[in-house]
Amino acid sequence: MKPQIDILKNELLIPSSTDFLADVRNFVEMIGLRIGLENQTIAHIKLAVDEACTNIIKHAYNGSIDKNIKIRIDTSPKKFTVIIRDNGKSFDPELISEPNIEESQKMKKGGGLGMFLMKKLMDEVKYKTNSAGNELLLIKHLN
Amino acid sequence: MADFNVSSRFDGDVSLIDVKGYLDAHTAPELENEFNKLIEKKQFKVVVNFKELNYISSAGLGVFMAYVETMREQSGDIKFSNLNDDVYSIFDLLGFPVLYEFFKEEAEAIKKFG
Repeated sequence: MKPQIDILKNELLIPSSTDFLADVRNFVEMIGLRIGLENQTIAHIKLAVDEACTNIIKHAYNGSIDKNIKIRIDTSPKKFTVIIRDNGKSFDPELISEPNIEESQKMKKGGGLGMFLMKKLMDEVKYKTNSAGNELLLIKHLN
Repeated sequence: MADFNVSSRFDGDVSLIDVKGYLDAHTAPELENEFNKLIEKKQFKVVVNFKELNYISSAGLGVFMAYVETMREQSGDIKFSNLNDDVYSIFDLLGFPVLYEFFKEEAEAIKKFG
């Protein structure tokens, strides 16, 4: 499967592989530019969405590349909202601890930074899970 | 497909890694391979030159976290040079400037290894 984009709905569907992270970033950039966001704001949202999709590919889908991730962007004069849906394993965002980079380095481990970065880069990060799947909302307030 | 390239040069006993393009979860394994090659050659003094890097995600930062201790145990280090403001801001957001040395120019980083 290839990435499928629905311009009218502001929706992108990608297979669950890191092969398509560049498509995700390009999609966010395209919509950000279309509504006239500043370059730095676009860069921050792109990175947050990349981190979210990377986490889904690695953790929710555990590396299976035959699943999908759906990304939709809702825009209003006040908010830029990215809604990311998957059907993989859910998680409890409350249980994700703040990264301790010094400690990870000593253990020769990378990783564990994605959720922290999303929270730093976005104004709101919300996560919901139900029988239909998992939904992550990344929201940037626009002033 | 993300566009990324990594290659190494040498200046005396210092290895210089050039990273170009987009460093994300898809391309980070290429950077890991480069570090593995250096470790095999017992090259532990490393300067990463970011001059042509446009983008980094936490998967890229994780590579440095995973390898820096090995380099430091062998009296080496990983130092960073020539970062653009956008890329540096991500390192800064995560507190890397406390744990790593950053330089404007590659030559300063090489000199620091003595």
